[in-house]
Amino acid sequence: MRSGLRPGLQQGLIELRQSVTGTDLVGHLLWPVVTLVALVLLQHRDRPAGLTLGAFALPGVVGMFVALGMLLDVQYLSADREDGTVLRARAIPGGITGYLVGKLVTVSGTVGLYVAVVVAGGALLIDGVDLRTVDWVTFTWVLLLGLVATQSIGLVLGALVRSPRGAGYVSLPVVGLIAISGVFVPVTALAAGWQAVAQVFPVYWLGLGMRAAFLPDAAAVAEIGGSWRPLETAAVLGAWAVVGVVVAPAVLRRMARKESGSSVAARRDRALQRVA
Amino acid sequence: MVVQVEGLRMRYGSVDVLDDVSFHVGHGQVVALLGPNGAGKTTTIEILEGFRRCSAGRVAVLGVDPAHGTEQWRARVGVVLQSWRDHGRWRVRELLAHLGSYYAAYSTPDVPRPWDADALVAAVGLTDQANQEVRRLSGGQRRRLDVAVGAVGRPELLFLDEPTAGLDPEARREFHDLVRGLVQDHGTTVLLTTHDLAEAETLADRILVLDGGRIVADGTAADLAHRFAGDDEVRWTIGGERFVRSTPRSTAFARALFAVHGEDVADLEIRRASLEDSYLALVRRAESGQRVAS
Repeated sequence: MRSGLRPGLQQGLIELRQSVTGTDLVGHLLWPVVTLVALVLLQHRDRPAGLTLGAFALPGVVGMFVALGMLLDVQYLSADREDGTVLRARAIPGGITGYLVGKLVTVSGTVGLYVAVVVAGGALLIDGVDLRTVDWVTFTWVLLLGLVATQSIGLVLGALVRSPRGAGYVSLPVVGLIAISGVFVPVTALAAGWQAVAQVFPVYWLGLGMRAAFLPDAAAVAEIGGSWRPLETAAVLGAWAVVGVVVAPAVLRRMARKESGSSVAARRDRALQRVA
Repeated sequence: MVVQVEGLRMRYGSVDVLDDVSFHVGHGQVVALLGPNGAGKTTTIEILEGFRRCSAGRVAVLGVDPAHGTEQWRARVGVVLQSWRDHGRWRVRELLAHLGSYYAAYSTPDVPRPWDADALVAAVGLTDQANQEVRRLSGGQRRRLDVAVGAVGRPELLFLDEPTAGLDPEARREFHDLVRGLVQDHGTTVLLTTHDLAEAETLADRILVLDGGRIVADGTAADLAHRFAGDDEVRWTIGGERFVRSTPRSTAFARALFAVHGEDVADLEIRRASLEDSYLALVRRAESGQRVAS
């Protein structure tokens, strides 16, 4: 199993390079750029603590793009099962480990690209975003814990989805979760029930952690309890990360065990029928 | 023995897809599992590849039950999958070098792993396409790449499941040459499935005919023809009248024919029982419910 780690890392880097060259790069840049443009257009509405709306919303958007890594995982997994990539990994010693490590690297790299575009673009175009005042230590641990937590959820969801169409259905609750997690509307504006739901999942905490890193401490008054709650942030993100690291490999191995030449052939026939 | 199968049974619900299948494959042999669609060939090979668990029976591949095969075991087995679209954006040489790197940990002095990517690309005749994206290969080229992927870890045993399905005759011949070359140069043991008799005849030292989940014949192409073909067919005319006779000894029959009728015999035609006839006869008999003991 350990033998798959290095090839997996290499695989992730090669596929990351493939996914950011050519026309795919346009697809990847579309969402961060559109979001950035929206932030620039809305930036001058005033918020408490002397912040502009743009500067206030930017950290939440960074958190959202980290969480969107979940959907990338779901898409990759359902496509890779359909076209036989997972089965090929299964036929190779250490292949499943390598496949998973590779996916984590590719998706983390892609998410890193989104975050870099939003942060760099925000620093250039949005008043009140100043990279010199960002708490980079907080930024780094929130980012790392968030990547592990959200992607292990994404891999489990991807393993449970049966078809590319199913991957579409899974993205609905994820988008819904983002909507109640305080990215665009402050979570304090929601009913207490929704606030409780949002605080169970990592998306809200990603946004909160990023705000703690980017915004002055005075801005914490707008949060639940009037604090950045760093301990709670670390606890919830850490718990999801631990659960994910324990559960995801088992679920993925179970998924891979079900792959065989005939199951791939059956999906291919179904897909070709859809095309016809 | 590279592969040993005793009393293999596979049951889905109340249907036996495989029923008491037993056979073995010796070192360096090329064995074909031949049978019509739905005979259980793919189920058998997927059990041996470790992709599927059997319901009952004893299976050993390289001395190990494939259902409990370790990564170490996996490194000694090559699987040529039916490809579709996977790894389409990778380049040919890049993909082989990368997949090969998984095998480096299992290299031994006797079997250095993996196969050098450039040498392997040349061995499967893809040197001109080495830097091409996999999705731009033709069907035949893609199939040769699949063999290269199956062979990159220098397997002791190579599985090929319906390897030439969908290939044109030219690509099919090239593919056969490639597999024969692998076997001759590297002593690889090969187990393949096919529903094409000609393919089994060209590639295999031994043919196992599988039908309705049972092995109905096991032997060389010549054995099968001899044991199951039935009679040759002799046709001739005497004075414009046509005669047809089936006989197991066509040469002796013809001699007797000349002894009796001499020069009156015309239009003599002897059709030897071909393996194709015997295969079709086997399948027909198996389908009509009369099982043939092997």
